Amino acid sequence: MNQQMQDGHVTADGRQIGGVLMDMKNITLRFGGVVAIKDISFDIRQGEIRAIIGPNGAGKSSMLNVISGFYVPQEGEVWFRGEKRGPMRPYQVARLGIARTFQNIALFDGMTVLDNIMTGRLNRMKAGFFSQALWWGRAEREENENREQVEKIIDFLEIQNIRKTPVGRLPYGLKKRVELARALAAEPQLLLLDEPMAGMNVEEKEDMSRFILDVNDEFGTTIALIEHDMGVVMDLSDRVVVMDYGRKIGDGTPDEVRSNQEVIDAYLGVAHD
Amino acid sequence: MFYREAGDFKTTYRDDGQTFPIRLDRWGYYVILAAAFLVVPIYIDAYWANAVLVPFLIYAIAALGLNVLTGYAGQVSLGTGGFMAVGAYAVYKLMTSFPEVSIVIHILLAGGITAAVGVLFGLPSLRIKGFYLAVATLAAQFFLVWLFNKVPWFYNYSASGQITAPTRRVFGYAVTGPTTSAPAKYLICLCFLFVLAWAVRNLTRGTLGRKWMAIRDMDIAAEIIGVNPLTAKLSAFAVSSFLIGIAGALLFAVYLGAADANEAFGINKSFLVLFMIIIGGLGSIFGSFAGAAFLVLLPVLLKNILVGSFGWPTNLAAHIELMIVGALIVFFLIVEPHGLARLWQLTKEKLRLWPFPH
Repeated sequence: MNQQMQDGHVTADGRQIGGVLMDMKNITLRFGGVVAIKDISFDIRQGEIRAIIGPNGAGKSSMLNVISGFYVPQEGEVWFRGEKRGPMRPYQVARLGIARTFQNIALFDGMTVLDNIMTGRLNRMKAGFFSQALWWGRAEREENENREQVEKIIDFLEIQNIRKTPVGRLPYGLKKRVELARALAAEPQLLLLDEPMAGMNVEEKEDMSRFILDVNDEFGTTIALIEHDMGVVMDLSDRVVVMDYGRKIGDGTPDEVRSNQEVIDAYLGVAHD
Repeated sequence: MFYREAGDFKTTYRDDGQTFPIRLDRWGYYVILAAAFLVVPIYIDAYWANAVLVPFLIYAIAALGLNVLTGYAGQVSLGTGGFMAVGAYAVYKLMTSFPEVSIVIHILLAGGITAAVGVLFGLPSLRIKGFYLAVATLAAQFFLVWLFNKVPWFYNYSASGQITAPTRRVFGYAVTGPTTSAPAKYLICLCFLFVLAWAVRNLTRGTLGRKWMAIRDMDIAAEIIGVNPLTAKLSAFAVSSFLIGIAGALLFAVYLGAADANEAFGINKSFLVLFMIIIGGLGSIFGSFAGAAFLVLLPVLLKNILVGSFGWPTNLAAHIELMIVGALIVFFLIVEPHGLARLWQLTKEKLRLWPFPH
């Protein structure tokens, strides 16, 4: 544990923000000659909601993919819970306690809502092969215990009535909610949300915002999210990273970011003279 | 109305998660089981056993096996015939090398050997998907059959190049060899099918099954929630090949009695089992049974109608039969691409409301 883990503060609305949970140090990611992320450093603190914003093609999703292990950066270090993380496969990252959702929903269409959410708890189920084949002892016990946890999340996200519906039949907004449920079922320490409100109407956005705040508040889950709706970002997040063309151009509270000249230029465009 | 679930409340997750949550279904299942184990063996004769029931039971095991791999884990395989050959030759070598050991153990071991071979040929699945994987498994099909024909050690240097099952007994009753009675053949296949289908059901409703289905539906998302694609895919290959190996062992030892790798386990067998699961329903245990029943029973039924009722010559009937089966398969895939299992599910949903659907 490094020194920064120790300090912390309490937000205006009374949530406890702890030390550094995840620290990205000088990350550079290249695809051949294209530099997607250029020497970016930022940290995510325990218990906060951290937003990553920026215009299209700024490298936000690449950054999320670096955190979740899809991409291995050519340079830089990823520190999680005070330990340096080596190159890892995504499933190993998941086992560290990092869950995520995708911009274009990545659910298992052939399975029911319940089964989809149960997959979020796969890493907590340790029954051996023969116990599963005989459905006896540990396998059955684990199934019922984890089902109980999953039912709590189903209650929390208010999707009780669709629990046995195949996911492929659900409308878009509900799919997004099921995907959040699956990520929550893993009881992650860090939850990554890639555009959780893309393509939603105002009402659905309000619901989703409420769920994100509730997750953060009730479970104390640290959340990092990418979002395009500036109103939502400014309302939800504690701190914001702003990216443009793979560089970091701003980092701070929503108010600081809003008044940053470089950020304003990136979003509104600037006259070249 | 006809199909009542009103008043059938579940108060525990255990009750809610059982295989047949509706009481009527559960009773139906027990009745079918009792009939299959207690009534059928009394009345079964050689014709019913050889033409209908034994092949149905054996192909149902093979279809279950392929359904684990293709229907649940989403890995296409055209190597079914080759893997069945591995089971058959493994059980033959075991039977002739260790005659004092029980045939049941030999069949299980043959399944285990096939599982190991299946994992080996499943390794390419870590890199390739879809059609390309199908071609890789096709290589397994041709290689294995070629191997069993070329290396005389596998058929104990017999002059004909065939393998022939010697007589082996379970509880004093012959289950393999020429003297086997119809009920014995039927019962040993039924026992294997019952236990294996039950185990597959348990595997597919639990952790392992969810891993397989996650890999099938979206492998990237599966990895992000912590599924190791290596173990998930290879376990599917192992379980699938185990079942297919047992089906191959039973097909040779109990049903055929004598076999030649090329004729009994050629590419046709791979396609037959693949058709069974496509017609029956991918990713469904009921579908494996339905598909096997459809493709085993339909030719028998057509033959009885064409030759028995219409009095057509046998060779003409055989050709017409092929055409009708082919046409039915095409018709079926157009009308219900999700197979008989989906049709059955729709019927059940309709029956829930019948006769007042509004």
